[in-house]
Amino acid sequence: MIETAAPPTAGAAVTRRPRWWTAVALAAALGAVALSIAFGSRVVSLPEVWQAIVVGGDDITAAAVRSRVPRTLLALLVGASLAMAGVMLQGVTRNPLADPYILGINSGASLTVVIGIAFVGIHSMQGYIWFALTGAALAAAFVYTVGSLGRGGPTPLKLALAGAITTAALTSLTTAILLPRMEVMNVYRFWVVGGVGRAENHDTLTVMPFIAVGVALCALTASGLNLLGLGDDAAAGLGVPVVRTRLLAATGGVLLCGAATALAGPIGFVGLVVPHLVRLVVGSDHRWLLPVSALTGAALLTLADTVGRVVARPQEIEVGIITALLGAPVFIWVVLTRTGVRA
Amino acid sequence: MSATVVRAARRRASRRAGVTIAALSCTLLALFAFSLVWGDRIYPISDVVAVLAGQDVPGASFSVGELRLPRAVLAVLAGASFGIAGVTFQTMLRNPLASPDIIGITHGANVMALFCILVLGLSGLAVSVSAVIAGVGTAFGIYLLAARGGVVGTRLILIGIGIAAMLHSATLYLLVSADQWDLQGAMRWLTGSLNLASWDDVAMLSLAALLLVPIVLVLGRDLGLLRLGDDAAAGLGVAVERSRRLLVVAAVALAAFATAATGPISFVSFMAGPIAVRLIGPRGALIVPAALTGAVLVLSADLVGQFLFEHRYPVGVVTGALGAPFLVYLLIRTQRTGGSL
Repeated sequence: MIETAAPPTAGAAVTRRPRWWTAVALAAALGAVALSIAFGSRVVSLPEVWQAIVVGGDDITAAAVRSRVPRTLLALLVGASLAMAGVMLQGVTRNPLADPYILGINSGASLTVVIGIAFVGIHSMQGYIWFALTGAALAAAFVYTVGSLGRGGPTPLKLALAGAITTAALTSLTTAILLPRMEVMNVYRFWVVGGVGRAENHDTLTVMPFIAVGVALCALTASGLNLLGLGDDAAAGLGVPVVRTRLLAATGGVLLCGAATALAGPIGFVGLVVPHLVRLVVGSDHRWLLPVSALTGAALLTLADTVGRVVARPQEIEVGIITALLGAPVFIWVVLTRTGVRA
Repeated sequence: MSATVVRAARRRASRRAGVTIAALSCTLLALFAFSLVWGDRIYPISDVVAVLAGQDVPGASFSVGELRLPRAVLAVLAGASFGIAGVTFQTMLRNPLASPDIIGITHGANVMALFCILVLGLSGLAVSVSAVIAGVGTAFGIYLLAARGGVVGTRLILIGIGIAAMLHSATLYLLVSADQWDLQGAMRWLTGSLNLASWDDVAMLSLAALLLVPIVLVLGRDLGLLRLGDDAAAGLGVAVERSRRLLVVAAVALAAFATAATGPISFVSFMAGPIAVRLIGPRGALIVPAALTGAVLVLSADLVGQFLFEHRYPVGVVTGALGAPFLVYLLIRTQRTGGSL
């Protein structure tokens, strides 16, 4: 009944017209940036946008348009990080359902951030980032260990269930810490849905080094992950240091999604959806999969954020809600087509 | 000779079941009594009995009769409903992790209840009924999605997790966009809480239980046989499809009614079944022990949440925090016995 996962990178690492698709993804990202700056909860005409960005101006309209710039930058960065984290996690676990949200990593980061706010008195990004990374790493290790217990190793089913249950349990603990502390709760309530609306360039810069290290680790391990897709034994036979590659790749993935979570709160499904879509068109070579996924993730999150700003004017729908509503159907599609769970 | 052995084993098993059910009932009764007596003010048993008998006792009539009693009764009803729903799903899908609170069914009921209250401004029966319809609809949707080429338990569970994530984000959206939203109420829909328990909730849920529990109990025998596999069950005279459909609808409706009354109390339907199996052994009917276990879990977790800490926590926070250690235990045990989840 239960088969192990068909590895997403099984077989030879194929690529199909990668340069062409990189250009397409880049164009999509640029288009998303343009839309994100042009549209928002305040209706602004295109000449006014031009006026605000290029000429400069000091009326409310110009200020509103300029405030969209840091948020757009943040959306790009977070989207790219989450998508790359998804590629890494799927590659390392050889599990098509791996995603920072599904694996409970986001909830680990949330819990430790709340601990930091409530008990250590952290209230700046320099503090959040360490707590978020610690929580992300601990949750990732925990869910992977729990999901690997028992017969058959880490099957998609066991990992997803372990992630779902860990998420629920950690959320309970988070709630337990928050309830007696209304002031923390009020900040957290908006952070937890995942948003980029409170973006500040200063915070983004603080987290950049962590993202840079994450990206470097991804780049280092990309070709190793291709070979790991053939199975541990085959990869070892081809001279890949299996344990080290896996550890480095996982560290890269956790760094990226921990940093993204510290910046924007837990945002689900970008890490799941983007790698699958990109794999469909580009193929399974991680050296292309990573950059194209990063661009696509950046485009997707920026677009989702723009949609969230426009559909419920004058209110905003947080981007985390939009990605979950869009992403869950893709998750189901992956379950139906890719996990090898068939009658 | 061997017949004697079998008979002796059966007798041992049924004695163990009897003892377990008796012990659980006693525990439940003791917890129930304690939760009526204990509180910010401690009333003597005589006062509590007087209130139960309908006499007017100054002070106690309100705090016991209107606060503690509906709360305790609702805890028992909701716990039992979640327990029954959980064990039904776990047995039918042959997977201890496949309870309605993990595969998205309670999430569906939860979102609908929240939508009715916040957006449509409904209350009472309308909320419960909409929640049940949404719960059944969610279950049906998951079933349809998973049914391509024969329902496979694994696929159904994974699809359920996806649906649960989607519905959870809808819950979050409703909570964030609601203005003037008081925290007590919000927590009820995120983690489940008995803080707003009222006699109306009790009436609704007990009506549902009166209607649905007999169905599950009658089909309980079939449920035991479905565990052996569809073919074996059919061979033993079970109308497999009909039994399964009825059981699913009854279990989903129970979980949804309970969710409408208390919010999604995490992990009760997940934990009650496996704990009941541990207590009662591999043989014997599971439904009654699971219902009792669920009730004991909710009632004791509510007491812990109310009185053990400096601050009062809703019951769902306590049961939710139990979930992760329980999962680890379940996995390690499965590992040791060589089984598979």
